[in-house]
This record gives sequence, structure tokens and C-alpha cells, in this order.
Amino acid sequence: MNKRLDRPRLRAVTALGLAIVAALVVAACGGSSDATTKTSGSSGGSGGTQGGSGSKATLNLVGYSTPEKAYDVINKAYAATPGGKGIAFKTSFAASGAQSRAVAAGQPADVVAFSTAPDITRLVQAGLVASNWADGPTKGIVNDSTVVMIVRPGNPKHITGWDDLIKPGVKVVTPNPATSGSARWNIMAAYGSELKEGKSPSQALAYLATLLEKNTVTQPDSGSDALQAFVSGQGDVLLDYESDAIAAKRAGDKIQIVYPKSSILIQTPIAVIKKSSHLAQAQAYVKWLLTPAAQKLWGQQGYRPVLPSVAKQFSSTFPNLDLFTIDSLGGWTKVDTDFFTAPNGSVIKIEEKAGVPTASS
Amino acid sequence: MGLSTLYLSVIVLIPVAALISVALGSGLHAFWTSFTSSLALKALWQTLALSAVVAVIGSVMGTIVAWVLVRDQFPGKRILNSIIDLPFALPTIVASLALLGLYGTSSPVGINLSLTRTIVAIALLFVTLPFAVRSVQPVLLEVDKDVEEAAASLGASNATTFRRIVLPALRPAILSGTALSFARCMGEYGSIVLLATKIPIASLVIFADVESATGSGNSAYQPAAGLSVALLVIALVVLFGLRKWGADRGR
Repeated sequence: MNKRLDRPRLRAVTALGLAIVAALVVAACGGSSDATTKTSGSSGGSGGTQGGSGSKATLNLVGYSTPEKAYDVINKAYAATPGGKGIAFKTSFAASGAQSRAVAAGQPADVVAFSTAPDITRLVQAGLVASNWADGPTKGIVNDSTVVMIVRPGNPKHITGWDDLIKPGVKVVTPNPATSGSARWNIMAAYGSELKEGKSPSQALAYLATLLEKNTVTQPDSGSDALQAFVSGQGDVLLDYESDAIAAKRAGDKIQIVYPKSSILIQTPIAVIKKSSHLAQAQAYVKWLLTPAAQKLWGQQGYRPVLPSVAKQFSSTFPNLDLFTIDSLGGWTKVDTDFFTAPNGSVIKIEEKAGVPTASS
Repeated sequence: MGLSTLYLSVIVLIPVAALISVALGSGLHAFWTSFTSSLALKALWQTLALSAVVAVIGSVMGTIVAWVLVRDQFPGKRILNSIIDLPFALPTIVASLALLGLYGTSSPVGINLSLTRTIVAIALLFVTLPFAVRSVQPVLLEVDKDVEEAAASLGASNATTFRRIVLPALRPAILSGTALSFARCMGEYGSIVLLATKIPIASLVIFADVESATGSGNSAYQPAAGLSVALLVIALVVLFGLRKWGADRGR
């Protein structure tokens, strides 16, 4: 009886052993090669195709989640210009970090527009964007915004500035900085504003600790999730992009926008993928986005124009604040390392104490 | 035999091997820190405790539901039976949204459980219900009622019959359902992502690790992979223990 079981058993054991060896070999080969596989399709975001038949070229625009409607309008306008005639667009909008990772892993793109510079730097490291992408006249920035406070109509908790956010009983909603670029802008806006008021770095950090540990009620994964949470009834005040706030108000959400005395200038970058098969058209498109005509469209969509001459025309839409840049705080690379990189980043440590699922190591 | 080995390799073994290679790819020290940092340990403990509680409650309630579905007759029984599989068909994010709307800050029934472990547990009970019920239901259908009737005719009360005749027969099925529920809870993400924004659950921390990875290439995801491997090992140890306990106590 035993002899009859030996052959099949031996075969089974050999097969299993070969499978395990094969698994380890594939893992060893596949694990070391960095993302050269081509994946297509968007990373779970939305997008579309614009432009008619007979286009000269179709540009793949990969953007962060919020400016989708603005780009739809602006891309249509581009196609109507002599330079943009015949250009069709294939767009994809989703969370900035996820999009950046997807393009680094091989998602086709000709132009990328993300919410923070480090998401572009990732592509420089991956050899997809030229290292001098930020050398242009606007330093690679396509439009600006700022961090504002969104409150309930009538402002029942009388929020006027950053110091009101840490008053007892005030409930704040802001996204999770580990997963959201918007959250990092919000936190640095608060931190920088405290420094502007004359607080020392450790006092400003103590402010962040109080804000995140005591007053923040929920930290959803993204800016849009945070807006949804606020609109559905959570919290008294939401920190968000001014452009999002303006769009939400125009869409009819019952909110009121409060501008603090000082805030951070959100500078959203744009870059051309140097391996694009339509490099000339992509560069022409990005160049056009920085012209007064395009910047005027940005202003109409709720984004602060980067050209001062155009910005002047929108002084009624965009109030004057004391705006400081991320560069005045050390630049994103330094800020990310000091504040947002696990396990020793100062905000990471605060978030851990607050019980938020943030990055662990 | 060869086909099933090939299938298992492609679907399970090779992806897990790839995960392990990323976790170990930056050296043993990096692997160690990826799951021993204070947040990682907190997350692993929270997830383990929550999964264990939910698996136990779920299997008790699941057994009761299976009993009702098999032994009782009532109008709408067939509809109720089909609804048991609903959590499988529903995208998990929808479950999260539904619970947020029902038991969150704008709750129409006035119950506000937002940001508590209770609402996370409810979400986990929802997604593991089919495991708890469907693993017991077919076995209960097959159980020979003659033995129960014999016990009753000898004077055993309902409780005694259940405890000494029915339950031992169901034990392997109940343990199997508990193991599946536990494993599902350990890795659950979609149904709790909107609910656990202030609770360090392992799957959410792993997502945060992935999203904060700087740079491209596999080494950027080493922290996420390391914590994932730790989670996997803990789940496997508990599952192995459950199966062994089930095997020891049977016969």
C-alpha cells in the first residue's frame, strides 16, 4: 500500500518545491528591477477625451484631483487657439501622490500637473522630467491658491483666524498629511502663520500639537473626502484650498469662506514629460498656460493667476492676504523630511499621539 | 496536482514571495523597524484585538442566524437567505459610506458613533456576516435530527441538546467560519477607511506608508511591505492555531 503512494507523493512534493523555487526566483528578478513595465489607464481617478477627429496630436494630461473642471474649460479654449488647433486631450485626475506614482510606474503622460513639487521631483528621479523643469519664468508653477477656512453659513463659532482654531470646543476637519498633499499645505499654512505672528518654531509646533490632538475631529484620506465629511455635518471649520472653496460655493454647497490674516501661497507645479512622443506640442501647451489669456481663464475658475498683471484684474475675487511661500519655510524637501517623514517627523509624531493612522516608519 | 500547484503559485505564492522580497529588500534592520515602530505595534495590536472580538461576536451571531434559517419557518425566509450574501456583492467603500450616513454625525436615527471603535466593529461584522453564516448553514442542514430527537425523548432539555449534541457537530464549521472572519478583519480596508480616521488600524497605516513613500521603485514601499508581512504572519499564526485547536478537540 505504501509503495503505491510513493510516486504520486514524490511528484507532489517536487511540484511544490519547484513552485516555491520559481516564486523566489521571480520575486528576486522582479523585485530588483524598478518599474519598467508599462501600465496604461488612470489610477482610479476620472478623466476623459476631448477634441475632434483629425487631431494633430493627443496630449495625455495627468493631474491632481481638484482642477478637473478648470482644465476641461481651459483645454477647450486651447483647442480654439491657432497654436492649439488639432490638439486633443486625454485627461486623468486623481490624488496627486497616486498619480505621480502611477506615472513613475509607466502610466502614459505628456504633461503632469500635481499639487506639490515633490510629486514632480519623483518623476525627475525616475528620469521622466527634466531636472530644469522649474527654471522657467514662473519657476514651473502654473497657478496659485491659498489655504482658507470653510465654516457653516453665518459663522456660528466666530472663526476669524488661526488662533480661533485651537479654542476649546472648536472642531476642525483637515485631511491626513500622510495621504494628502492638501493636508500638508494646511499644516504648513498654520505653522507658517504662527511664525509670522512672532512665535518661535517650538511654540508653532505646540500650536500644531493642540490643533491636531485636541481640536481636529477627523482626518480623512484626501481633500475631497474632507470636504464631503464637512458638508455632511462633521466639524465646525474645514481647512482647504481656496480654489476648492470657491468651486464648492459656486456649486451651491452651504458654506462660508473665512480668510485668515496670513496664509501660505499654494503654488501648483506643471511639467512636461521629456520622453513624450509629442514633446513640442506638450511644451507649446504648457507655455500657453502661462500666457495672459490662459491665466485669465485660471482666474475665472477660482485659481490665483501667477502673472501679476492678470492677478490685478481679479482683486475682487481673491482677497489680499499676507502670503508666504513654502520656500520661506525651507522648501518642500526640507519640510517633508523634518515634519512629514516617518518615524521622526514632528507632525508624524503628533499624529501618532492623536491616534491617526499615519505613516509608521 | 500540477494544475492546482500552478494555480496556487500564480495567484498566491508568487505575489506573497514578491511582497516578502520588497519587505526584506532594504535589509533586515529596515525590516525590523518597519513593524516595531511604536505606531506599527499600536496598529498591529488594535487590529488583532478588533479582529478577534469581531470574529467571536460574528461567529456566535452567525450560528444563531444559520440556526434560524435552517430550523425555523417564517414568511420572507428565502429573501432573508439571499440577503446574507449581500456584503459580498457590495463594494466595501459603499458599506463605509452607508454606515457613515446611518450612524455618523448626521444620523437619521439619532445614533452618533462616528470615529468610535464601535462603528468600525459594526462595519467588520457586516462584511464578515456571510462567512459566519454560510460556513455553519450547510453543516446544520446535514446534521441528523434523529440524535437530537433521541436526546429529547430521553429527557434532555433544549439547552443540553444544543450543547452536547448539536454544538460538537458544528464545531469544525464554526471554527472555520471564525477563522475566515478573523482573516478578513485583519486585512479589511474599504469598509473602514471612512470610519476609522482617528484609530490606528493596520491596513490604514499601511496605506499611509504607501502614500507617503518618497521616490519611486520598490524600495520606497519597504515600510509598507514590512508591516504587511508582519500582519500576514500574525494572521497565519492565529489561523494555524484555530485549525489545530479544531482538529485536537474533534474526536
